[in-house]
Amino acid sequence: MKLNRLKVFVLLAGLSLSTLVTAEEMFMTRTQQTFPEAMLALQAEIKSHGYKLSRVQRVDIGLTKSGYKTDKYRVVFFGKPDEIKWIADTYPEWIPYLPLKIAIFSEAQDTLLIASDPEKIFLTDDPKLKKVLARWKKDIGSLLNKMAELKE
Amino acid sequence: MRLIALFCLLLAVNGHSLASSLGESLYQKNCIACHGADGKGGVGVPLALDSFQAQASDRFLRNTIKFGREGRVMPAFKSLSEDELNALVGYIRTFSSATPPTYSQKPIKGDAKLGAQLYAKNCAACHGAEGLGGKGTGVTFSRPRDLPIIAPALNNAGFLKSASDAMIQKTLQQGRKGTPMVSFLKHGMSKQDINDIVAYIRSFEKNQQRNEIAKDEPYYLEAESSMNLEETVASLKQAIVGKNYRLIRTQNFDNGLVKETQEDKKKVVVYFCNFKLLNEALTVDPRVGLFLPCRLTVVEHKGKVKIMAINPLHLSRFFNNDELNNLCKGMRETYEVIMEEATL
Ligand code: HEC
Ligand code: HEC
Repeated sequence: MKLNRLKVFVLLAGLSLSTLVTAEEMFMTRTQQTFPEAMLALQAEIKSHGYKLSRVQRVDIGLTKSGYKTDKYRVVFFGKPDEIKWIADTYPEWIPYLPLKIAIFSEAQDTLLIASDPEKIFLTDDPKLKKVLARWKKDIGSLLNKMAELKE
Repeated sequence: MRLIALFCLLLAVNGHSLASSLGESLYQKNCIACHGADGKGGVGVPLALDSFQAQASDRFLRNTIKFGREGRVMPAFKSLSEDELNALVGYIRTFSSATPPTYSQKPIKGDAKLGAQLYAKNCAACHGAEGLGGKGTGVTFSRPRDLPIIAPALNNAGFLKSASDAMIQKTLQQGRKGTPMVSFLKHGMSKQDINDIVAYIRSFEKNQQRNEIAKDEPYYLEAESSMNLEETVASLKQAIVGKNYRLIRTQNFDNGLVKETQEDKKKVVVYFCNFKLLNEALTVDPRVGLFLPCRLTVVEHKGKVKIMAINPLHLSRFFNNDELNNLCKGMRETYEVIMEEATL
């Protein structure tokens, strides 16, 4: 496909990307809670870690309405308003990846939670942004750990 | 003397339980999300079945963990030490009472050409053409699928490095009770037929097919519009519908994060979806929620109006799923076509 008016920006900020997927490329957590319990717990954990929940996308509803079978599947969007605003204004190229999200879906009696690693997605040399990303990573890891520890 | 023996015994018992608690915690940290608490499977295949454990040698398990399955979701756990690998294997063994086998590493002689024909007839329906694996992976309890367990890729360096010819031979002879994988001895094949197929599977080593993502994939996609923000949003919506996607929601970027009156009206998100494609993507990888819903964002920044998108390939490189990479290539093209049409 020939793109004339479309400029695709290649940001090669000199950051090396490994193509080999090793274990810790993304967050993946299983909790023994059923979906409704896990969903409530997740929202509470997001809040208690100081983030604001902005929206929940009900993926399963759209699928079911279109005639496809699926168990519960949601995407939860969240962030800290001042941080999101700062990044969106300073580095608009990262807007499409914001706010943060966690996919949550049921798997039989359990619930799975998936999140990207912010340090792997948002590549930057800015120490200020790096600090934010490191904290996001720590917070996502911590809230997902809390979810993993929940019992039935 | 007795005392020393007792001491040694205690040490051995202690060493064993230490290893198993290390194994358990490693399993919970690294494997439970995909293979389930009791090894019944999920995004990953089951590990607890007696039929599997009676065919999987410790060497096979150790190597599978170390090398993973490139492009087939199962990660490579390269940083685990030998002790940690052994502890994990010990823990996986607690799922079943089957006796672990050991295998000769000697190659098995067979006619790979004949094997290829037998494979196309008897195996490809589940394991994919040229051994690339079934559509999707593991067990997945969350949606209906073709098979209760999706057949693993056999044309896969991680599999080929882990499984000896003798193990593959035994798998074909016995099948795996409790899975769709049947015994081909019982299904009319001769021992020689099976050896021919083993030779064919081994020949994949010289014919590895990967669908990797280029190192220099852009992180995001962007197109400049000569219209103002409102016109660009309207034109974008038209282009989306024209490509057979359903608009699901238009909102300001910071909607839900700040008070409605304080929302930034210069950043508008258009969400859309094609449920048929979405259903297909979820079959290939249930983790695709991180790409959802499809979204293009119109941003006015420093007097310029732009349409922006994630590059799905930048996200999918962390999923270790070649099939997903394929879908993401298509998705990237769709984003580009829509952006191009909307800014014409
Ligand atoms: C009906 C579908 C189906 C057919 C047909 C089938 N298989 Fe399988 N096969 C499976 C499934 C499912 C598994 C995974 C079993 C498990 O979870 O332990 C499997 C497992 C295997 C394994 C072990 C893979 C691993 O990662 O441990 C090998 C080797 C294999 N099959 C080879 C073959 C060959 C060769 C044929 C043709 C002669 C064949 N299979 C036909 C479904 C099938
Ligand atoms: C992100 C999901 C995921 C994680 C995490 C994961 N696996 Fe897997 N695993 C898979 C998938 C998927 C397969 C099957 C690959 C295929 O279909 O080709 C698999 C296959 C295997 C197999 C081969 C099974 C067979 O029938 O031959 C073993 C053994 C295994 N995994 C062990 C582990 C262990 C141990 C861990 C943790 C150290 C782990 N896996 C972590 C997804 C995962």
